[in-house]
Amino acid sequence: MVKGIEETGIPVVHVCTVVPISLTVGANRIIPAVAIPHPFGDSALDADEEKKLRRSIIEKALNALTVDITDQTVFED
Amino acid sequence: MKKVKVVHYINQFFAGIGGEEKANITPELREGIVGPGMALKAALGENAEIVATIICGDSYFNENLEKATNEIIDMVKSLEVDMFIAGPAFNAGRYGTACGSICKSVQETLNIPVLTGMYIENPGADLYKKDIYILSTTNNAAGMRKAVPAMAKFALKLMNNEEIGSPEDEGYLERGIRVNYFNEKNGAERAIDMLIKKLKGEPFKTEYPMPVFDNVTPGEAIIDLSNAKIALVTSGGIVPKGNPDRIESSSASKYGKYSIEGINDLTEDAYETAHGGYDPCYANQDADRVLPVDVLRDLESEGMIGSLHNYFYSTVGNGTSVKNSKAYSRSIAKELHSDGVDAVILTST
Repeated sequence: MVKGIEETGIPVVHVCTVVPISLTVGANRIIPAVAIPHPFGDSALDADEEKKLRRSIIEKALNALTVDITDQTVFED
Repeated sequence: MKKVKVVHYINQFFAGIGGEEKANITPELREGIVGPGMALKAALGENAEIVATIICGDSYFNENLEKATNEIIDMVKSLEVDMFIAGPAFNAGRYGTACGSICKSVQETLNIPVLTGMYIENPGADLYKKDIYILSTTNNAAGMRKAVPAMAKFALKLMNNEEIGSPEDEGYLERGIRVNYFNEKNGAERAIDMLIKKLKGEPFKTEYPMPVFDNVTPGEAIIDLSNAKIALVTSGGIVPKGNPDRIESSSASKYGKYSIEGINDLTEDAYETAHGGYDPCYANQDADRVLPVDVLRDLESEGMIGSLHNYFYSTVGNGTSVKNSKAYSRSIAKELHSDGVDAVILTST
């Protein structure tokens, strides 16, 4: 899916938990997520904290879209 | 002859412990055989014995790679076995990556033969087929009856240090290893044979397949986010409550396109996941955990992004074939272009 969209020229950032899969599938911009069933959340946190966590991941993803890359890149913290 | 001692690795599902709600269980060592170990034992016959089974949740393994690996290695070490067999995992993605990863680690640290089995499109296959032997299986557990005897036969060969033939003859996934052999015809003759076949339009088989590089060039960076239109696409199966398009929980045959115009938050009463490959309770409680509409709407009103595209696209990335995924993404990309979308956040579970 990532490649099918990106090959048409639209940049795609892939947010997922199992980074090795994303790398082997061939995503170019990769953001590690929280957990498989809740990549952008954590039910152990209260609602405000959870939304902050979600926001931090999305900000990372958006930032990755502004970075020029030539190879697959995992954007860690 | 001394009986060869084998340990078998399986996930929570094949151990009968539970489905996705149990995918977080930590590694557990059980004496003797569990689940598919029964068939494996029968197929291995008199010369080998499965002394123990190690069970681990698929999500736990993938989310705690290093820790889970160390725990399992310690278990295998304590058993002093001669061989490690994992799976088969068919097309279960996290199970496949777990089987491949743990086989590779066991082989490297304990230096005993290892074997697993999975479907060729399992992400674990591409990740580990060069490191270990992976027997090729069908894409679902209906192929268990064929997969297990094939794995047992191959495992016995490995244990006995027998010569291993080509991937075609033995049924394992190609590892990219070249082996010398004698052919009656020399290279020039074989090349001419191939050329003649090619000229006649007959099928021929190359002796030197070129690697397939199908990576795509990264899309150009967005210069000004505050003017960019961002779209959300997910393989996590988020759909309006009731799953109006009836997207299948695995091997999805379609994707959905849903309007989020005027929607600032995906709520429990209006959205859910159709995905059958992870514990749905977190996404059903709050679908923003998979498809973060709420935060993107905030960022839109704060002006950090130009806008959030008013439609999101969703399918279920659970055993869905590469061919289907490609077709979905092609048609999604076409629409995104005509809607003037500048960039995509694609979320996966």
